[in-house]
Amino acid sequence: MFDLEPTEEQQLMVQTARELAKNEMDPAAHDADEAAKLPEGFLKKSWELGLACPAIPEKYAGASMDRSAVTGAMILEELGAGDASMAFAMQSPAAVAYPVLDYGTDLQKELVLRACTAAEFPKLSAALMEPYYDFDPTMLRTTALRSGTNYVLNGAKCLVPNGSTADSFLVYAREGGSGFDNVSAFFVQKSLPGVTVSAKEKNMGLNALDTVTLTLTDVAVSPETKLGGPAGCNFERIMSYGRIAQSAIAVGVARRAYEHSVSYAMERKTWGQPIATRQAVAFMIADMRIELDAARLLVWEAAWHLDKGEKATKESYLAKMVVDEMVLKVTDDAVMVMGGHGFIRENPVERWLRNGRGFGTFDGLAMV
Amino acid sequence: MINFQHGDLLNNLSAAVEQIAREHMRPFSREVDEHEHEINPDSYINTMYEVLKATGGASNSPVMGAKEGGDKKRRTGNVTSVVFIEKMAWGDCGMYLATPMPLLGGAAVGAAGTPEQKLKFMGRFKEGKPKWAAMAITEPGCGSDSGAVTTTATLEGDSWVLNGEKIFVTAGKRAVEDSEGFVVVWATVDRKAGRSGIKPFLVDHHTPGMKVTKLEHKHGIRCSDTAVLVFDNCKIPKENLLGSAEVKPTGDSKGFKGVMATFDATRPPVAASAVGVGRAAVEYTHEYLAKQGVAPRYGIGRNKLTAIEKDLMMMEAKVKASWLLTLKAAWMSDIGEPNNLEASICKCKAGRDMVAVCQKAVEILGPEGYSRKHLVEKWMRDAKIGDIYEGTQQIQKLVVARRIFGYSREQLA
Ligand SMILES: Cc1cc2nc3c(=O)[nH]c(=O)nc-3n(C[C@H](O)[C@H](O)[C@H](O)COP(=O)(O)OP(=O)(O)OC[C@H]3O[C@@H](n4cnc5c(N)ncnc54)[C@H](O)[C@@H]3O)c2cc1C
Repeated sequence: MFDLEPTEEQQLMVQTARELAKNEMDPAAHDADEAAKLPEGFLKKSWELGLACPAIPEKYAGASMDRSAVTGAMILEELGAGDASMAFAMQSPAAVAYPVLDYGTDLQKELVLRACTAAEFPKLSAALMEPYYDFDPTMLRTTALRSGTNYVLNGAKCLVPNGSTADSFLVYAREGGSGFDNVSAFFVQKSLPGVTVSAKEKNMGLNALDTVTLTLTDVAVSPETKLGGPAGCNFERIMSYGRIAQSAIAVGVARRAYEHSVSYAMERKTWGQPIATRQAVAFMIADMRIELDAARLLVWEAAWHLDKGEKATKESYLAKMVVDEMVLKVTDDAVMVMGGHGFIRENPVERWLRNGRGFGTFDGLAMV
Repeated sequence: MINFQHGDLLNNLSAAVEQIAREHMRPFSREVDEHEHEINPDSYINTMYEVLKATGGASNSPVMGAKEGGDKKRRTGNVTSVVFIEKMAWGDCGMYLATPMPLLGGAAVGAAGTPEQKLKFMGRFKEGKPKWAAMAITEPGCGSDSGAVTTTATLEGDSWVLNGEKIFVTAGKRAVEDSEGFVVVWATVDRKAGRSGIKPFLVDHHTPGMKVTKLEHKHGIRCSDTAVLVFDNCKIPKENLLGSAEVKPTGDSKGFKGVMATFDATRPPVAASAVGVGRAAVEYTHEYLAKQGVAPRYGIGRNKLTAIEKDLMMMEAKVKASWLLTLKAAWMSDIGEPNNLEASICKCKAGRDMVAVCQKAVEILGPEGYSRKHLVEKWMRDAKIGDIYEGTQQIQKLVVARRIFGYSREQLA
């Protein structure tokens, strides 16, 4: 029966994430963005809370919680409301752990899942995006061609989170023609010949997030490095999880911008009255709220399909489409609500707009 | 626990409603649209009335009391109701508005009526021939500002005497001239008292002094009669006042708010009817394009989508978003949560976006979309009313904004 009440477990996780966002992320976000660096000790501290991949089974020393995209979306919204850079950074191990949990061989599980439950933040990252305007997960330019028993990888990946410190990358590459089915993922060590890791990328936003461009030139890897072994993985489903995760973070960014706009509009006065009493402002904020609520429901619904074991390619794609448009509009309106002050970097709306613009240009940058 | 699925009972019932929509609405859509006020959708009306009588659904609209699952604690009437309405409007929104059930008028009686009033005015929907009920608030001089009605009600002995003119009364003629229905008329008992002097009155069909003077010719939903009702010394029994007769001091508008609360329950149904129209347009566009060999490629890199694919996907997403907001608002009333904000959110979004969706559908089909060969142009005309009645898009935004800021209507007008 239709129900939108989160479970107690979900409420607890949301609470934990919310506190982290409020106490550690939001207050540090401005300086981190300016310094283009995560706050000192942030990854370690957030890692200890166990929010990144709580579904890793006990067998690998994990928390063994339900593998739920809905729960994941709820958590990521909170983290996104804290700060998008930090949210992507702290959650990035999930983008390796969960595909391994779902499709990995026993050996891969043993190695990766153990690393993702260790005390240290894992030095693993996933490399999916490519630096082309028409980036298309169903037609990756990065290829993996058989050569004898090995695979040879060629291509370029961008926006690889925590890339400067990672020493192993899960690289998505196309083995054949177009379509999700032709995509596989390979574990590529940074130390391999042909692997080049760029300096930290400089983007419009997400400055505190360490992302790199990874270039692969005739990188030879063994068949054992292929995610899932010969059976491979269900890349279509991985993309759905990714799109939901990324959208949930965007919903969080938008929510924070909305909440900020509400309180600012009630305080700021022109001609003696709060600007919130002017319809032009009030209606803009009402619209922010309407679109925000709508987008969140689309994300949850898509996630719910995955949790039921169903395919959610269309649902997650449409949710992301709506969310990407929404987060840009809402963060842009948030700047407008603050007028000239919104243009000043001291005010967070300026950063939220730069971060908000990013979502429509990324695909599957996080994972639930 | 988050769940977007309905129970089996509701799924079965809504499949039955969809069947009615398919068989008794769609085939007549064009004809009734082309012959405004000339032909009645009898096949639909009669079929639906029998169904409603049999299920008891007609007596307590818009909440068609079906219990879902075995969970006694949770009411499901509001969710059930929006699910049915969405299906009916998918069939034909004009016909849905001509459904022989108490609709808005019934919602008011349900919310504020005494047991006697409920028995007298709602009991009739369980028997005999099809009947309608209507709600008359709007006047030539006031629409959005419903607190400014000028129609008067004066107590004379054991009767209230009504004088004034009401416009845009949905199902007005069907309710008071064509059937043994009724209309809820909002009138002031004390002009000086402002909003607190405004009361709803139950006026029975064929009451002397009440006249239908005009039927509007409309952009869409042509099958629904939109009537002008004139009250000229129209006498009704004293006990036909809905709610309390007491006029609170100026400024105290509690009584008025009580009646307005009816609308928290009726906005999600209006949103649902808009969604039904939008979904019809999206599905039709999909089918049309599929025949032309165009299938949207969900999942590929977004900059590779064609303009049509993008539009179509956005239409689909908009329909779904509005629908989920509508279900949320309805679900909240089922679990007894105040949903004033959510009801306005869904009505605002569905009203506005379904217009955009249907306009796009016409655009995508090109000259075929503009042609009356297809129903898409009709759905576009039907969709617009969802953006207007029961509080325009702007009025919904006002409500949303007031809720967000905790402002009174004086603070944000
Ligand atoms: C087909 C149809 C069926 C209807 N059925 C019924 C019915 O059954 N019963 C009934 O009582 N009424 C009914 N109505 C009336 C309907 O509810 C009103 O038309 C509607 O509420 C708008 O009122 P109005 O037309 O007077 O517009 P106005 O109130 O004059 O508004 C004109 C414009 O100004 C905007 N506006 C008004 N006030 C504000 C404000 N404070 N801030 C910002 N913008 C504002 C409005 O959004 C609108 O765009 C029906 C109307 C139609 C067309």
